[in-house]
Amino acid sequence: MSRYISYRDFDWLLLAFVLLVCGLGVLEIRSATEHSKFAGVHVRQIYWIIGGVLAMFLISLINYQALLDRVHWMYIAALASLVSVLIFGQKYLGARRWIKLPGGMHFQPSEWVKLILILAVAKYFADLHQRELSWPDFLKAGAIVGVPMLMVLGQPDLGTALTYIPIAIVALFLGGMRWRQAGAVLLVVALCMPLAWHHMKDYQKQRLVSFRDPDSDPRGAGYHVNQSLIAVGSGGLWGSDSGSQTHLAFLPEPHTDFIFAAFAEEHGFVGALGVLLLYFIVLMRLTQNAQTAPDRAGTFVVMGVVAVLSFHILVNVGMVVGFMPVTGIPLPLMSYGGSSVLFMFLALGIVMNVRMRRFVN
Amino acid sequence: MFGRDEKISPIRLTAVQYVILGVFLILAYGLWRLQVAQSDMYASLAEKNRIRNVPILAPRGKILDREGRIIVDNYPSFTALLLRDSSRDLSADADLIAQGLHMDRQEVHDRIKRFAGIPQYQPIYLKDDITPDELAFIEAHKNELPELDTIMVHRRLYPKNGFMAHLIGYVGEVSESMLNQPRWELYNPGDVVGQSGVELQYNQILMGKNGSRRTIVNSRGKEVSRLDETPAEPGKALKLTVDLDLQIASELALEGKNGAIIAMDARNGEILAMVSRPTFDPNDFAVHISHNEWNALVNDENHPLLNKAIQAQLAPGSVFKIIMATAGLQEGIAQDMRVMCNGGGTFYGRYFKCWITAQHTIHGVVDISKAIYQSCDVFFYTLAEKLGIGRIAKYATAYGLGQKTNIDLPQEVSGVMPSEEWKIRNFKQKWFAGETISVGIGQGAVAVTPIQLARAIAGITSDGVMHRPHVAFPSQLPSNLQPAADTPDTVKVPIDPKNWEIITDAMANVPSPLGTAGSAHLQGIDFAGKTGSAQTISNALKAKLANGKADYKDNAWFVGVTPRRNPEVVVAVLFEGGEHGQFAARIAAQVIKAYVEKQRRLPNKVAQKDNKVDVGALWNTPNDDDGIRAGHFELPIPKKAVQLATAAPGVN
Repeated sequence: MSRYISYRDFDWLLLAFVLLVCGLGVLEIRSATEHSKFAGVHVRQIYWIIGGVLAMFLISLINYQALLDRVHWMYIAALASLVSVLIFGQKYLGARRWIKLPGGMHFQPSEWVKLILILAVAKYFADLHQRELSWPDFLKAGAIVGVPMLMVLGQPDLGTALTYIPIAIVALFLGGMRWRQAGAVLLVVALCMPLAWHHMKDYQKQRLVSFRDPDSDPRGAGYHVNQSLIAVGSGGLWGSDSGSQTHLAFLPEPHTDFIFAAFAEEHGFVGALGVLLLYFIVLMRLTQNAQTAPDRAGTFVVMGVVAVLSFHILVNVGMVVGFMPVTGIPLPLMSYGGSSVLFMFLALGIVMNVRMRRFVN
Repeated sequence: MFGRDEKISPIRLTAVQYVILGVFLILAYGLWRLQVAQSDMYASLAEKNRIRNVPILAPRGKILDREGRIIVDNYPSFTALLLRDSSRDLSADADLIAQGLHMDRQEVHDRIKRFAGIPQYQPIYLKDDITPDELAFIEAHKNELPELDTIMVHRRLYPKNGFMAHLIGYVGEVSESMLNQPRWELYNPGDVVGQSGVELQYNQILMGKNGSRRTIVNSRGKEVSRLDETPAEPGKALKLTVDLDLQIASELALEGKNGAIIAMDARNGEILAMVSRPTFDPNDFAVHISHNEWNALVNDENHPLLNKAIQAQLAPGSVFKIIMATAGLQEGIAQDMRVMCNGGGTFYGRYFKCWITAQHTIHGVVDISKAIYQSCDVFFYTLAEKLGIGRIAKYATAYGLGQKTNIDLPQEVSGVMPSEEWKIRNFKQKWFAGETISVGIGQGAVAVTPIQLARAIAGITSDGVMHRPHVAFPSQLPSNLQPAADTPDTVKVPIDPKNWEIITDAMANVPSPLGTAGSAHLQGIDFAGKTGSAQTISNALKAKLANGKADYKDNAWFVGVTPRRNPEVVVAVLFEGGEHGQFAARIAAQVIKAYVEKQRRLPNKVAQKDNKVDVGALWNTPNDDDGIRAGHFELPIPKKAVQLATAAPGVN
């Protein structure tokens, strides 16, 4: 099979748009951190991107079918790593999310679990043979995502756990979910709401309250929301010359979670809309790749990536414009951070993998 | 039929695409709403974020005495604060900071914790009014503790030990309830304004106008650059009519006692000294008074916050007899009245005692003059019976008793001058004729303030001319602080010259071996006045309640003038629990003496050639041929000059 593989079939256009978004991200990180103690981190972001692109090429060499055939082992390894985090993990700000590796590196398994989940869900649905989803299959699919999700929730890391949900939802939808099953999902979610509220930490509750009413505590929990709205709003149509909210450090975390607010302030509505358009093109191009995938598994894999990417954009940009509560989910490809960059490029690597094998049959 | 390679329904994939499109349209709408629709609002919010108005606090004006000596000054005070630059671990430094600032380390930790939820650009206020060595500690540790900083404010420096505290008043942050009143509606929360006394009355003059500096700051409040600056306008100095030397003499005279002293220039109503005891230290208010200290002051049964000179409403006792004598003489009743005092008399079926029975003697036959200097109760019972409450109230009211004097100090009270109308209005009862007898000796329902008595006696001894008491020179006040036009500054209630002479001559006998205050005699000074001792509760109740405990002792009064006619100065003394008027008279004598001695040493009054000076009862005769003579005294000037004050105690 491998003789049919050619980098002519690599999706260079998609890579070009992705790198364009990354480039805008690097410029914005540079601008936002210029006068702060984080000055110079944009160089490290460039190294992460280069590393990510290399990883992407590497993973595109391995046949995704081979990956899917071994996905149950990977899934078990993923669960094991989550368990080990809960036991050996570094406690930081009240949560165990990281494992310390030799050489001063930190490893956050929940990011890689996301990738494995995309593969595992794709494999599971690809192997189903009914046009419509049976109840046992529906529950099993839910369990595949649900078990690691609960473990990540236990760290606790609500934001990352939530990003697992769209993988399941998109797969269920494409796998022939019935209306009644959709209704059951909604019912379970509705029943879990009060329970979730009860188990939430105070800071999480406060974030939700301040999302509904940012002025209830403008100096405290509502501060992030208000400052983000001010930064975005003061950007106007064409962007503010001074970019004062970002540069004078009123906007919190302008190079990570709130990078889109910083960009929107400096480049205005036109600039921000342009970035949204770039993301939209990337997503549409991905969906197109899903359509041309050689098999059901390939489609599920690509659509899993689409699900994760769109969910991140929805939650992050939604937070920046005040439609969503503050959750600490980064904007993929733009926000500063090695784990996030590496995950995106590995995911893209698998997409490329699928695309390059589209004529293989 | 449905193999592994069968494609997924393209309809569902398209549906996903539309969902994504929908999400992006919603996000785009969110951006449009913020950046296009409400862009102006957010731009101005961003300006507010970025541009900080830093107030430049204007120092309050000084308060000076009539000769320009400083009574209230300002001093630069430093407040220690913590800047929360994120690079420092404040908790780690807290121990060293607590040690250097002499604070409890737990308190420092608590403060850091309490401010944790507040954004970083707001500094943590650690300690107000730090001492010089604490300031030195902060300066010396600029490198180790860069987060420790100070700001300078001007604080009020008041005289020590509560000197003149009631007249001066104190300042404090304008309260929420004050801001709702029309007078304070233009002020801002956090403004420091006068809360009582002169500080409150003349706040408009004393309080300057804060300036401001517009600076561009970052989110930690660090100044990045400066835009412009409006300098502060310092408050103007206020010169009071008070004479610091006389104030010091008055404070000393009332030391250790409760009560009040007023010294007023009888010729124009200028207050020369005003004391109220017990007192409080307004310096405690200038920094930060603790809740407990404040409650202790408010709940103290001696009411240290009350300015008794204008806020104590008490029976005037025998001082009221001067009003009675004036009424009796002017009505033509008292001139030829002779009363036999056997230690008491029966009026309207009740027996009223004269105070002299306590001395186991009687007054014998008493005329108006003796009745004044011997303070014979029986004479005035008889006079009261003859005058009736209507005429008594008419004269007392004409001389300003039971009404505010409209002195330029806040919270003056009016007191009560009873009359038939007053009784019906307040008690829905007819006036009983027997009540008139008690009123005749200044007891019963009569309640006056020391300032009212000072003004009334000054008026009667000044041929009926009364002035509005004041502590600030009206000519130096802006138009909106001038006294209200509907209350005249000067009132004349004419007195027949002969009557005037009878009353003032009798008053001059009071501080003499003939009178009730012989022990207050001042050799070589034309000193006249009237004693009073007023029951605070009835004799029967006193016996029942207290077994003669100090709390229910009579109040001693004395209102004195020098010289006896057309006096320069009037001194009113209230000595609470002083029991007998002569003890108040001795206090008044000290103040009068201090006044006269100072006047004699002033260059324009001193006859340099023989070290002797003419003083005493020099007055204008209404007409030259009615036999009124001028008194003449010749006195040596004291060799050892008394040291005059240069500023209020604790201020220089």
